[in-house]
Amino acid sequence: MKLDITIQRYLPEQAAEPFAQTYSVPYDASTSVLDALTYIKEELDPTLSYRWSCRMAICGSCGMMINGKPILGCNVFLRDYAKTGMLIEPLAHFPVERDLIIDMESFLTHLEAVKPYLINKKAQGVQTFEPHVQTPQQLDKYQQFSNCINCGLCYSACPQFGLNPEFIGPAALTLAHRYNLDSRDQGQAERMPMINSEEGAWSCTFVGYCSEVCPKQVDPAAAVNQSKVTSATDLLLSLLGGRS
Amino acid sequence: MQQHDFDILVVGGGGAGLRASIAAAEHAPDLKIGLVSKVYPMRSHTVAAEGGAAAVTLEKDSFQAHIEDTVMGSDWLAEQQVVDYFVRHAHAELVQMEHWGCPWSRKEDGTIQVRRFGGMKVERTWFAADKTGFHMLHTLYQTSLKYPQIERLDEFFVLDLVVIDGAIAGVIAIQIATGEMHLIRAKSVILATGGAARVFRFNTNGGIVTGDGMAMAYRHGVALRDMEFVQYHPTGLPGSGILITEASRGEGGIMVNKDGYRYLQDYGLGPETPLGKPENKYMELGPRDKLSQAFWQEQQAGRTGRYGESDVVYLDLRHLGEKYLQERLPFICELAKAYVNVDPAREPIPVRPAVHYTMGGIMTDAQCETNIKGLYAAGECASVGLHGANRLGSNSLTELLVFGRLAGEQAAANAHAQDFAPLSTMQEQLNQQQQQLAELSARDTGESWVEIKKELLITMEEGCGIYRTEAGMQKTLNTIRALQQRYKNVQVTDKSKVYNTELFMCLELGFGLDIAEATCLGALERRESRGAHQRLDEGCTARNDEEFLRHSLVYYQGQEDARLEWQEVDTSILPPAIRAYGDAAKGAKS
Repeated sequence: MKLDITIQRYLPEQAAEPFAQTYSVPYDASTSVLDALTYIKEELDPTLSYRWSCRMAICGSCGMMINGKPILGCNVFLRDYAKTGMLIEPLAHFPVERDLIIDMESFLTHLEAVKPYLINKKAQGVQTFEPHVQTPQQLDKYQQFSNCINCGLCYSACPQFGLNPEFIGPAALTLAHRYNLDSRDQGQAERMPMINSEEGAWSCTFVGYCSEVCPKQVDPAAAVNQSKVTSATDLLLSLLGGRS
Repeated sequence: MQQHDFDILVVGGGGAGLRASIAAAEHAPDLKIGLVSKVYPMRSHTVAAEGGAAAVTLEKDSFQAHIEDTVMGSDWLAEQQVVDYFVRHAHAELVQMEHWGCPWSRKEDGTIQVRRFGGMKVERTWFAADKTGFHMLHTLYQTSLKYPQIERLDEFFVLDLVVIDGAIAGVIAIQIATGEMHLIRAKSVILATGGAARVFRFNTNGGIVTGDGMAMAYRHGVALRDMEFVQYHPTGLPGSGILITEASRGEGGIMVNKDGYRYLQDYGLGPETPLGKPENKYMELGPRDKLSQAFWQEQQAGRTGRYGESDVVYLDLRHLGEKYLQERLPFICELAKAYVNVDPAREPIPVRPAVHYTMGGIMTDAQCETNIKGLYAAGECASVGLHGANRLGSNSLTELLVFGRLAGEQAAANAHAQDFAPLSTMQEQLNQQQQQLAELSARDTGESWVEIKKELLITMEEGCGIYRTEAGMQKTLNTIRALQQRYKNVQVTDKSKVYNTELFMCLELGFGLDIAEATCLGALERRESRGAHQRLDEGCTARNDEEFLRHSLVYYQGQEDARLEWQEVDTSILPPAIRAYGDAAKGAKS
């Protein structure tokens, strides 16, 4: 079996504009889109460029748009596109560097901005060399939100990020929420200004497409929505002077 | 050309590199640390580790027991004082990860949960569901953001080390996004570049695991040690080689052949343990080398099943039930469904061995330093001496913490005592690299790297697989050397500067060819069977301590064939004894 795959190419050193190129790729029941790209690179056109590594949907490298939907290339199969055909484009809403490679810098900047690490003032510490007690129920509260692989699909799905790249976006808000929910963390007060800000949780218009495209069922929409509740409470408390 | 100065430069943004960076930042806050990686740190292959990280935890456990398991697992080729250091520092590192937010799985009372793992006589493997490497890597990456003195150079491909008068001076790298050359000067350099399993065709590893750092150190005269020991993980998915964690067996999964028979009892791992009652060091909880070898024997005997192009056996998890599988092995359920369309709660998963881990690597002393002053190595790229002839599952995630931290601290101490090399002395090596690269880029005729790579992967599998013969290895070694010659005329079609991924794949292949030569030479010269190195030729089928209770050291010789030496092994804690599992271990002791 063969499938014609059309790829949006962009070679900035050769042409100012992107162009479409179609490749015919043999496949069987197990051929993933990433396998198809490898085939193209090795057999048809070595100049095709894309990011990849693990092949098992955990490293988060190979996000791309397939027929307009943000998807991990290693996690979908040609067999499912026999009828529809396949158009591959770089992830939407990010500047394109070359072919399917996008500029990830804004994404990483947003992640960093939410202080995504345990903040524990008591420094209940490494000095003791004892782990904190954390029950399975406490773990459950944030575990789902800790499964984000930083693939960026939710940013491509987010209309708000498309309009305003300063919006810190679903993955970063989810990560902030993950630490805020962690029973070992005391850093919520440090993260709230960012979450409360103009570019924070309130920019989200709750379209929910981010959760639909998430390959790890992290449900960023739920995290952002819960953050709004936290944010509202926080703002109210600060108005009442209840928060130092 | 751009130039940068760092007190410490870490090459590789996986678990070991991040841990080293953080250790250096905490240990010496005055130092400027560079972290260069060819991918964004969270893409590093640590992310794919599933099962867990070992440390003595339960009261019934002891340091001595963990040492015994590791040394026996290594078939006595581990450096025992290094094992001792590792075992004693393991727990503190896992607690440190906990303090940084790693979501370790817990018992009902909120304390740390540990699971069984192959070759370990007591449960001591900490885990975060079945995504332990993923959670460790993201925890380390996120924690590293706290330290402003760690400056990351993401998507920089290191071409070469700069060594002057036996001391490290820095590295030469290309910025992948622009193709621009960078000369990075450093007082200390830590290599944390991971393994080299990608020189084999069928493997569990990501595309980036190409042995770059190993090859760079090797080309500068550092020995590669024990490279013949290549770990086949017994449970990869057919076709892709995607990893199905050993924790599946730790939680009670069983291995059966096409007749539904638990064949491991026939290979010195029995007797059969009752379904749902796994027993440490019996049957499915034997070490990886033994399980992969048992697969090969079953395959020869015609008792394997078939999935696509692969001979397979089956990992049966059905008796664990859907709820338990979702709690303990959710990623396995996801992978089996996506890649072989199997729901493990309802059907056994077809699996076969796949190359997983490079036991050997850059030779370092017990403090992670190489014979180049100021050059350190940690994690899978290094051979500090922990794994010997076979690594036990869940020792390597802990290794990258224990020795990443140690390398970071040592590098910091060295940086305090050293000055930068004068730039003028580094210029010559920079010019040489620039010229080589220009030649490669300008070449308009020649062979594609793709064909050479394909032949390399196939010959490594044929000659250096689970079982090896003199003739097979010699043929592979000849093939590798012929491929090295062909590589001199390799051509890169893509002439652009921006994200020229073809160029980097071609350079990775160049590294891989040198690693392959060292691996095959070590295998050929080791005329015995030990751990993951098993031979079928006469006189070589058993362990031979008299001649080969020694590390192999392979040295690069430029245009000449590589040279091999032997090095004594530290057996100061546990003298060599019979390596036995299952009931056979009882007999061995008495």
